[in-house]
Amino acid sequence: MFTRRKFLTTTSATGLTLAASGLAAPAIAQGRKIKLGYVSPQTGPLAGFAESDAYNIARFLATEAGQNFEVIVKDSQSNPTRAADVAKDLIISDEIDLMLVASTPENTNPVATTCEAEGIPVISTKAPWQPWFIGQQGNPGDPSSWRPFDFAFHYFWGMEDLGAVFVGMWDQLDTNKQIGGLFPNDADGNALGDPDVGLPAIFRQAGYVTHDPGRYQNLSDDFTAQINAFKSANAEIVTGVVIPPDFTTFWNQARQQGFSPKAISVAKAILFPQSVETLGEAGHNLSSEIWWSPQHPFQSSLTGQSSRDLAEDYEAESGRPWTQPIGFIHSLFEVASDVMGRVTSPEDPEEVAAAIAATDLETIVGHVAWNGEGVPDFAAANVCKTPLVGGQWRRREDGGFDLVCVENGIAPQIPTAGTMEPLA
Amino acid sequence: MIWLDTIVQGILLGGLYALFATGLSLVFGIMRLVNLAHGDMIVLAAYLILVLVMTLGLSPWIAVLIAAPVMFALGWLLQRVVLNRVLGPDILPPLLVTFGLSIAIQNALLEGFSADSRRIPNPELEGASMALGPINVGVMPMLTFASAIVVIVILNRVIYATPLGRSFRATSDDPVTAGLMGVEPMKVFAVATGLAMVVVTIAALYLGTRANFDPAIGPARLIYAFQAVIIGGLGSLWGTLAGGIIIGVAQTLGAAVNPEWQILSGHIAFLVVLLIRPRGLFPRAYD
Repeated sequence: MFTRRKFLTTTSATGLTLAASGLAAPAIAQGRKIKLGYVSPQTGPLAGFAESDAYNIARFLATEAGQNFEVIVKDSQSNPTRAADVAKDLIISDEIDLMLVASTPENTNPVATTCEAEGIPVISTKAPWQPWFIGQQGNPGDPSSWRPFDFAFHYFWGMEDLGAVFVGMWDQLDTNKQIGGLFPNDADGNALGDPDVGLPAIFRQAGYVTHDPGRYQNLSDDFTAQINAFKSANAEIVTGVVIPPDFTTFWNQARQQGFSPKAISVAKAILFPQSVETLGEAGHNLSSEIWWSPQHPFQSSLTGQSSRDLAEDYEAESGRPWTQPIGFIHSLFEVASDVMGRVTSPEDPEEVAAAIAATDLETIVGHVAWNGEGVPDFAAANVCKTPLVGGQWRRREDGGFDLVCVENGIAPQIPTAGTMEPLA
Repeated sequence: MIWLDTIVQGILLGGLYALFATGLSLVFGIMRLVNLAHGDMIVLAAYLILVLVMTLGLSPWIAVLIAAPVMFALGWLLQRVVLNRVLGPDILPPLLVTFGLSIAIQNALLEGFSADSRRIPNPELEGASMALGPINVGVMPMLTFASAIVVIVILNRVIYATPLGRSFRATSDDPVTAGLMGVEPMKVFAVATGLAMVVVTIAALYLGTRANFDPAIGPARLIYAFQAVIIGGLGSLWGTLAGGIIIGVAQTLGAAVNPEWQILSGHIAFLVVLLIRPRGLFPRAYD
């Protein structure tokens, strides 16, 4: 049995790595493990985002730095109300020192809001920063009322990055620059589909025209109206934020009704290889944003693994294909352990929050530092941006799919492995 | 042209809704049991077909032939072992049991198959279409619609032209008197639920090839099925088809105006029918 005390003896005896010895300091002062709370949607519709949680937590606790931590996981059941409840529970009953949260605004926002109200530091990821930052404001419609947070910190990319990546991919093709938009009536669809401040505005600046027939309900059984609208607008590109079942329905109906665009770039629906595989041949050359992949040239600060190593280890351990969330969940624990390595009293929220703000760490998903780079002033203190690239799914002979990076205009440090190809 | 296309697509969508609703209609018509787990049963059957297709490499059509008797047995057992015990003058206990069943099935599927979005592969058919005059219609939606009609014709034959159907109708009208005539309502109910599960299996095939499914997707399919049953009128399967078509066409027409209206216009059509014909369009029984 490897205990904390044994760990301390071995670290002092062998003078282990900087990170580990830095971490040992608060542990000695405290004489107890640092408590991390983690709220994740382990069940329900968002469970796909949380699939690698158990793996990542087990791997983290097995590292030398991880020996100083206890991770208390609560299931939000993909329900925002429950996410807030279990967050409160973690803060009050479990007396956690730091909260970690990820996986879509439905999960990050209630938790971050609760932590901010209770004065507990929280590190959040895996939600575009606009719905995270603006969505938590008292009046999202009035920018002058927006206030920064004292305890809530977030790292991910934003809508402007998504727009730039999509435009970069389409610019590689010869199209008439007419886009059909599929935006559902949910938080993402309303934010990203907004004609004035959403993706259509970004596309307009790049010379593309978006034809948006209107908000539809998720889990629609019929997309005839949208297909007819796109046909009559002669759209050669389709974009949007679509959930997987709706995308399948749309793409099947589009082919049945003789609509064949040159490019389909959608967020959400085709993030995971499992969802693309369900499309079979019809999944070939669909394009999507990539936040993390085994090709990302980054290393874990915790284990020294490369992105490729992490993905392969996950695949070997779970017997399932890698997914984009793996890298981000891993990075969450990298950041947490880095932050706690720089504080002397983990139970002091002010000190922990200050340590988070001072983070400057190379993680497996890229550089994490809340230095306001690329973020508007109002959110600069709380939001850090990680790189985003664009990729196309290429079907292999055996029916599997490879996500090939084809566009890196805003993140040139991540290499491309091909160029954008039009759909058949 | 676009309007014609919209209406045709709406009618075909109605076929899908009718398939979802027929099993519900059968159970509701015979034993006044509102099965809140109906949507989850469809998803369960879809997973069963998927497993058969993936592990045995069967064509989905053959897989349905194997899955249907399995689902029949499951429905029969469910009714014998669970639902018959809670049926009675109070409609609340069966409602609660099926509600619990819905949650149990969802979580069991989540445990067994994870939250991945899955699909029954049918590559030749899923994008196939044929020209119907000036418009293109998918082969798959056409098959769905045709299946709905075939299912209803067969069920009607069973209900109106066989001894089994006679006992269905007798039990539906008056279980006590039917019992005096030698019909055992509990056995009749079990067969009815089994039959409903066979229909559920057919619905599952089309649900699973048309779009992705995951363990949590069932309840969303339930509401249109309910509306189709209510619009059609209690106990009338053709009415259920009519109800499905009305909702389907209302949805596509609403969406053609603005996609925001898609779901709402289906619900409005439902309310309008209820206002004009509170018992539905073709009610068979008055009780």
